[in-house]
Formats: sequence, structure tokens, C-alpha cells
Amino acid sequence: MLEVNQLEVSYGTIKALHGVSLKVPEKSIVTLIGANGAGKSTTLRAISGLIRAGGGQVKYDGKEITNQSPHAVVSKGLCHVPEGRMVFANLTVEENLRMGAYLRRDKAGIKEDVDYAFTMFPRLKERISQLAGTLSGGEQQMLAIARALMSKPKCLMLDEPSLGIAPMLVRAIFDQIVKINKERGLTILLVEQNANLALAISHYGYVLETGKVILEDSAAALRQNPQVREAYLGD
Amino acid sequence: MDQFVQQLLNGLFLGAIYALIALGYTMVYGVLRFINFAHGDVFMLGAFGGLYVHKALAPLLNALPWPLALAVVMLASMAICAALGIAIEYFAYRPLRNRPRLNVLITAIGVSLFIEYTGQLVFGATQQPFPAIIPRQNISGLGGLTVTMTQVIVVVVTTALLIGLRYIVMRTRLGLAMRALSLNPTAAALMGVNTSVVISFTFGLGSALAAAGGILYASLYPSVDPFMGIQPGIKAFVAAVLGGIGNIPGAALGGMIIGVVETLVTGYSQKLGIPSGYKEGVAFIILILILLFKPSGLLGKVEREKV
Repeated sequence: MLEVNQLEVSYGTIKALHGVSLKVPEKSIVTLIGANGAGKSTTLRAISGLIRAGGGQVKYDGKEITNQSPHAVVSKGLCHVPEGRMVFANLTVEENLRMGAYLRRDKAGIKEDVDYAFTMFPRLKERISQLAGTLSGGEQQMLAIARALMSKPKCLMLDEPSLGIAPMLVRAIFDQIVKINKERGLTILLVEQNANLALAISHYGYVLETGKVILEDSAAALRQNPQVREAYLGD
Repeated sequence: MDQFVQQLLNGLFLGAIYALIALGYTMVYGVLRFINFAHGDVFMLGAFGGLYVHKALAPLLNALPWPLALAVVMLASMAICAALGIAIEYFAYRPLRNRPRLNVLITAIGVSLFIEYTGQLVFGATQQPFPAIIPRQNISGLGGLTVTMTQVIVVVVTTALLIGLRYIVMRTRLGLAMRALSLNPTAAALMGVNTSVVISFTFGLGSALAAAGGILYASLYPSVDPFMGIQPGIKAFVAAVLGGIGNIPGAALGGMIIGVVETLVTGYSQKLGIPSGYKEGVAFIILILILLFKPSGLLGKVEREKV
């Protein structure tokens, strides 16, 4: 469904990605793990059009989308939940969700999806008219995911959904990620520093190091891989 | 007492016009984080737009009742200036979108000078009288107070435009996108907002308000010249900072305050023992005080970077 070939990105004269290739098959959860600065977020940002790729190719749904503008990418059903959540702090929870549905015109469908978001994350319903900036980190992450789902994506890219969030909420959020993958058939590309958590829910994984894919395998195999165990699973 | 109320009223009428200009500064700052110093010149172009539209359509307009004629002149000039504002952003600022903000700021000053001196070339350097689209008559029955029809229209039009703007910003899809963009451009883009479209829309909206302000201002002091935008422009900028830059109600409030304070200083200059020429400095004293004691402005929120 999503295919990245030899993607290259530079920040000024510094090369951040040296030809990253990966495949995300339909209805699967694929994870990208690696240390800080390995290029995980950069990969997602280049796919969604937030930064320019200097080389390589991004294909989605069989069509090339390399270096298209972010709004064009979302409109094709590929939605990116950025690192640090980026909820609209001075808008209410409800307005944030409405922003998620920005490209949609079907009022009835939008309402249905708001209700679905609230059954997924009941805490958001309690805070519907609160400003998003007043939510806790975990609640903001829930809102960021719910907001992205409002665009009715077929593929969701999640950047560090566990970052800076209380462990109990991390569990709730990851449970929901698995659930939307199973129930709604959503394809998910997950970037995580917490490799343990990510590999536990994924089907396939890529290990990124200094802008290159150094290892790829099924998630189960990666969890058994001694190299991965030592470097990323804290053995 | 009567004199005080009179001065207060005069200040509010002037302040309403500053408010209309200040909104453009604050909205553009909201979406692009820079001060469009050419905004005061769009205000000037709005006044000239009114003058020329009136000249061109004079036979038609004279046959209409004056409120309708005013509406035609105003809407035409607002549309012209909205298009100009969008063009200024497109040709002068958009190519610099990813450059340091200082580059855009300096460009804005360049655009401002360009408009002023092109204006001088096209319109002539001398003051021209502004037609009495609004009848020049006093409203009777207010006791010792003098209020002209023009002043009443200033308040009516400003109020209507502020309500309209509030509706656009709070209730429409583009308004929501504007707010989202000003809060987090990256997230807005990821939600499918075409940032360029929203930025153009913001420039159009701000320029239309400035044009309305220009026509009202020209009706109040019935003359126009190519440099008439400089002083009101700078004062409206101070008003936007006073209210909290990026904050829409703040800009309206700031405009009112600057208008009132300036008028009171002029009105009481003899009693206070300061020459009336100092009224032009009042706005800057307020600017210095605000920057010293409350840089975020009256209604502005301190921007904190969340990590």
C-alpha cells in the first residue's frame, strides 16, 4: 500500500537519509525502530510532504506521491500524526476533531466518526469543550490520533505515540492502535523509540541506523534477533 | 463634562478606524508571524479606490440613495484592495516563505515605499478632496454634543464589519483553518489545509477591512493623498501590539484605546501644558510602555514553546 524506494533527505549539507526503502502492505502494522536521530521522523516527514526528498520515490496506492504538498497527501488517505502530538492548543477538543475532518463535506459521516472517536477514547468525550492545551500529554496523544482518524485515512503514520506519556495511558493508546487496525482495516506505519512496545503489536519491522535500514524482518523474528535485543530491547 | 464626552466620542470614531486597520496587521501576523508594513498603504489605496470608483460611477451613484451609493463604493474598493493584498503576498512575500523572517520584513518596507511613490506618480502628490458620499450634516438632538453623520456611519460600518469578521473567523471552515494555521502551521497542513490558500484569504480579508477604513477615514477628514496611510498605519500597528499581536478582539480594543488616548491628549493639550503636535507621539509612548511592561499585549497570551 505504501512503498518507499531509496529515499534521500538532506538538511542543508547534512544528509539525514541515505536511501531508505521500506514497504507497508495493506492492513498491516509496520514499525520503524531506531535510536534518536536515526532518521525515523525524517522518513515520515518526507513521506507526508513536510520536507523535500532529495532523491528516491514514495508510492502510495500504486501512485507516485513523492514531494507532493502535505494537503495533497492527506487528501489521498495517508495521514500523519506528528511527533509531539501538535494538537491545536487554543482550539477545543471538538474543534480539533473538526479540523481533522477539514477535507470532508459529509456532515452525517463526520458526526458518526466523532462518535466513534469518543467510544475509542471516552476521556475525550468528557473534555469535549475544553481547550486542547489543557489536556494531559496522554489525552493530547489520544486527541491527535482521533483527529487524524477524522480524515478517514486508509493508512496512518504514527510518530512516537508513547513519547512522554504515563505508562497506563500508553497501554490504552496502543490497545486502540491494534483495534483500529483490526476493526477498520487501517494500515499503520509506526515509528517508536520504545522498540519493545512497537514490536509487540507489529507484523513487520525495520531497524534504522544513521539514515539507513540496517535490518528488516517480521516483528517476531526481530524480537528474537540478538543484535536487536542488545541494542534496542535492553538485554 | 460635555467637552470630555465630546472628546471621548471623537476618540472612539477615530479608534474604530484604527481598529479596522489593526485587524489586518494582527491577522497576517497570526498566520505568517511577520508585520506587513505595507498594510497602511493598502488603507491609502482603499481611500483612492473609493475616490476613483465614485468618479467613474458618478451618474449612476447620484441616482441612488446615499447609503446605497456608499455601499457600492465601499464594496468595490474593498474588492479591489482584497485583490491587491492577495497580489502583494503572492509576488512579494510568497517567494520568501522559507527565508528568515527579517527578509520578509525588509521586503514589506520596500513594498510600502513602492506603493507610496507609485501612488504619487499615478494619483499626484497633492491632496485631493474626497467626495461627500455621506452627507455632511450634524445629528441634532444631542444637547451640547456635536456628532456628524459621517461619524455615525463610521461606527455603524465598523460594528458591522467586526461582527462579520467574527462570524468568518469563528464559524466558517476557512476561519477555523486560519485559527489552526496560526496555532500550528505544520499540524494544519497535515490536516489537509492548503496553507497558501488560507494565507491568501487572510491577506484579502485584512486588505478589505483596511480599504473600508480608508474610505471612512477619507470621509472623516475629507481629503486623500498618497502618504495618508503612514501615520494611521503605524498607529494601527501599535494598536495591534497593544491588544496582543495575533489576537483579533485585542486589535479592535487596541485601536479604540489608541484613538481615545490620542484624541484626549489633543483635546486637553493646553490644560496639560503639552503642545498638541505631540499627539502623534502618544501612540509611540504607549508602544514603549507596552513593550516594557506587558509585551504580550492586553489580551495576548504568552507564547510558550511546548517540548
